[in-house]
Amino acid sequence: MDLVYVEYALDNIQFRVNVAKMSDKQDFDSKLQAVLRRVYGEQTELGSANRLSGGASQETWLLTIKGPSAPDTLILRRAPEGMEATEESRAIGLPSEAKLIRRAEAAGVAVPEVVHVLNPDDGVGEGFIMSRVEGETIARRILRDEEYAIARKQLPAQCGKALAGIHRIDASDMPRMRLSSGLEQIDHYEEAYHATGACRPIFDLAIVWLRENAPRPLETVLVHGDFRLGNIMVDENGLAAVLDWELAHFGDPREDIGWMCTNSWRFGQSENRLGGFGDVEPLLEAYAEAGGPELTPADIDWWDMLGSMKWGIMCMGMYETFRSGADASVERAAIGRRVSETEIDLINLLEGQRRA
Amino acid sequence: MHNQPTVNELVQAVKNFVDHSAMPELTGRAAFHARVASNVLATILRDLEARESNDAEELARLHDLLGETDGSIASLNETLRQKIRSGELTIESDALLSHLKKTAIAQVKVDQPKYSGLKAALEE
Repeated sequence: MDLVYVEYALDNIQFRVNVAKMSDKQDFDSKLQAVLRRVYGEQTELGSANRLSGGASQETWLLTIKGPSAPDTLILRRAPEGMEATEESRAIGLPSEAKLIRRAEAAGVAVPEVVHVLNPDDGVGEGFIMSRVEGETIARRILRDEEYAIARKQLPAQCGKALAGIHRIDASDMPRMRLSSGLEQIDHYEEAYHATGACRPIFDLAIVWLRENAPRPLETVLVHGDFRLGNIMVDENGLAAVLDWELAHFGDPREDIGWMCTNSWRFGQSENRLGGFGDVEPLLEAYAEAGGPELTPADIDWWDMLGSMKWGIMCMGMYETFRSGADASVERAAIGRRVSETEIDLINLLEGQRRA
Repeated sequence: MHNQPTVNELVQAVKNFVDHSAMPELTGRAAFHARVASNVLATILRDLEARESNDAEELARLHDLLGETDGSIASLNETLRQKIRSGELTIESDALLSHLKKTAIAQVKVDQPKYSGLKAALEE
């Protein structure tokens, strides 16, 4: 069922009307080939370009290439013309994403290599071309397949080290990057919840409790914003690449750790607090060892609950796209019946806080 | 109105078609949506089965909790929301938490009966 989750980030993006439609696939392919020739030389041939996934706004393509100096495969991330993330959006836009991935690489974080950032002259929209990292993103497989047994053991510490690297990235010169603290996120999601018109008192109780019990903010860092299974590439040795940077922002470092601990992202393996694959302690240890602040598992509790609140309201928002008629798919209707998953998680967590 | 086949039987028949005829023929995104559709049909069957008694129980609990004798589930939930928002009811209220937990359990049993959080809630 992982595909259900893949596109949710796109709902936070507001779009301009798509006025310029790519005339046809051949035109697209030939422009893409021209781009690849500029990067890898005139003998480069585009073998094929197949769309893997993505909603209306952001697409992911697998490219196969022939040529003496080009790799066999590459990944294209693009937004068609007229579909770029706008100023009001919570997503940072693909050019900023490319910039961040390059900085993450410089900070020692495992990421794909950005080989080209599309420019307007390329004529294929906004986006970038990156290396294809081998591995698995589907949580169910990572959590259950024997092939990933070693990976599961290594992932907690690897994630801690990667997060310490991410949180060290200097993005102070990037104007599109928002500052979004835990409290700001409560305001944002509360507003989104009220806008749906739904009355689900568990969310009100969680919002009131979270607001009243907000921890003192830590020093602001660059936060990935969607760090969880599904958005990391995993191979048999563990973390191979951190992907999907579009929700990056400035904020509290505990947000990234709490999001991976949110029960919705344990994919059924609740007993393993960290992403369904491990404990949070080895992550925190590796995180501190790599230069991050010293944290205890209890420091993550508030962020874990914030994550359930946010995901529940994101599900409400996705159902709204069905209810409003914007997206008629059965998947968008069905996701409205996942809100209760986060309600039960919130109640379990609130009960735990009462005993604490 | 006659009732042969019943609504449940009709939904079950459509689910049989999706599961055994349509799904094996589909690939990629369409196969994924067919799987979602099959899950939705199962949810419909559970909803048809449980809604009446769940609503009656929720209404009775809301009456007890709020000390009211009438009002719809929607209007009582609005009142409950106000009491939570004003701080009159907090997580320290056993009655509040017990009501919300029972409501959430009943809902998730219909929506996603295999969800891990339901198991955790029932264990406590």
